[in-house]
Amino acid sequence: MSWRELPIGGIILEAGNSVKRKTGDWRVLRPVIDQERCVRCYICWMYCPDGVIEIRDTPYRTKAGRIWNITFEIDYDYCKGCGICAQECPVKAIELVEEVK
Amino acid sequence: METKLESRVRQTRVILNSNYAAAYAVRDADVDVISAYPITPQTGVVEKLSEMIAEGELDAEMIHVESEHSALSAIIGASAVGARVFTATSSQGLEYMHEVLHIASGMRLPLVMAIATRALSAPISIWNDYSDLMNVRDTSWITFIASTAQEVYDSIIEAYMVSEDPRILLPSIVAYDGFWMSHTYEPLYIPEDRKTVLEMLPRRPRYTLDPDNPITMGSIVNPDWYYEIKYQQVEAMKEAYRVIREADAKIEENLGRVYKPVESYLAEDSEILVLTYGGIYGTLQTAVDLLRSEGLKVGALRLRLWRPFPARDLKTLVEDAKTLIVVDRAISYGASIEGPVALETIAALYREGLYPTIASFIAGIGGRPVSEDDFRDMVKKALELGERALKIGSIHWGVRGAEYE
Repeated sequence: MSWRELPIGGIILEAGNSVKRKTGDWRVLRPVIDQERCVRCYICWMYCPDGVIEIRDTPYRTKAGRIWNITFEIDYDYCKGCGICAQECPVKAIELVEEVK
Repeated sequence: METKLESRVRQTRVILNSNYAAAYAVRDADVDVISAYPITPQTGVVEKLSEMIAEGELDAEMIHVESEHSALSAIIGASAVGARVFTATSSQGLEYMHEVLHIASGMRLPLVMAIATRALSAPISIWNDYSDLMNVRDTSWITFIASTAQEVYDSIIEAYMVSEDPRILLPSIVAYDGFWMSHTYEPLYIPEDRKTVLEMLPRRPRYTLDPDNPITMGSIVNPDWYYEIKYQQVEAMKEAYRVIREADAKIEENLGRVYKPVESYLAEDSEILVLTYGGIYGTLQTAVDLLRSEGLKVGALRLRLWRPFPARDLKTLVEDAKTLIVVDRAISYGASIEGPVALETIAALYREGLYPTIASFIAGIGGRPVSEDDFRDMVKKALELGERALKIGSIHWGVRGAEYE
């Protein structure tokens, strides 16, 4: 492809193409959710600027015997590791782990 | 500019200054969105447009903003959704827009802007020179410099014709002298029926932001493709020359006025040519008459098109002359030749294989008047200096205490 075939002005004609750009490799710090401590409050899900906190219908039973009907999981293909979820979590259930030590 | 008495479109004679002439052209082009911030000497353009909107003469949105940076940004947004847009500014306002100028052209939006040129601060000067315009020469905007209110009107119409052409899609500037033109009333002809202007400006399809067909504008591009996208602008700017000539032909056919990228007066048999731009061309023509009465074979040239630079037109006109004098009204500090148009002219003529004796003068800075006598004395000074003139660089005309070795 040369400059002739390229849409002018850097315009992207295909909608929803950002899924093709996996931004997870930008990450330096990986947020890891401690399912034991998580109280399913949705705050991380609400604050995540990239929408990578996913709500799964997977039930979870804590060691103390409490049963949660849902589980929060992070889509590491797109999570940039900004750390907002860890900052906002009211029960400190999200830890930032270095990707490379 | 030549005027044919007969034109296809019926026209009426009005008296306007160049600011108002710009406003009338914007009205007749049926512009949808206007955003501007007031600055002397541009203010009259947007004042008149506000009046036209209030009176119901023009159905447009006027967006009031807090700065020129926002004014240009607002019309970028409006243009991105498909509106025909306009803004106007001067001097510091244009400087404040600077980064947005690149965004407008880089996004390939057909904006049109009027500039009543004005000197730059500091020291503060509200008066005319072309330092503001020359500072934006590398922003990829097509740039016309008008010399009459008539030409301001016609050039705004022409700017929309060229900018909106699917082969081009670059923004345009129509510049004219602050005060000398922006506030000076002149007679001009405008079409009686606006429909005739709109026939010259059909709405043409281009990429726009539309929720039903989503696209992304203003994306980030990595080193692997950025250069190709900027190269598209290089090609579009070159192609603009041809489209401008087509638009010139349409203006001639419909409105009966003939425009060329470089206008000339008594150039054919001239040994000495004086090239300038903007409103002082009229004064230069009178100076040419004076010099001719003294027996000197002098002619006048006026650069109407600044971007893209009409190198070949200049070559054709200069071919038979021995001496070319370029009179600038801006300073490129520290340049080998400090007059920006002189610098460009030398490069263009070198490219075309033409090497006349060239003298570069800078005059009229900060609104200092340039008279017929000034032009006559510049010609005499250039003849006296001969080949030595260019060795000096640029001659800063009339500066008290300026000395040249």
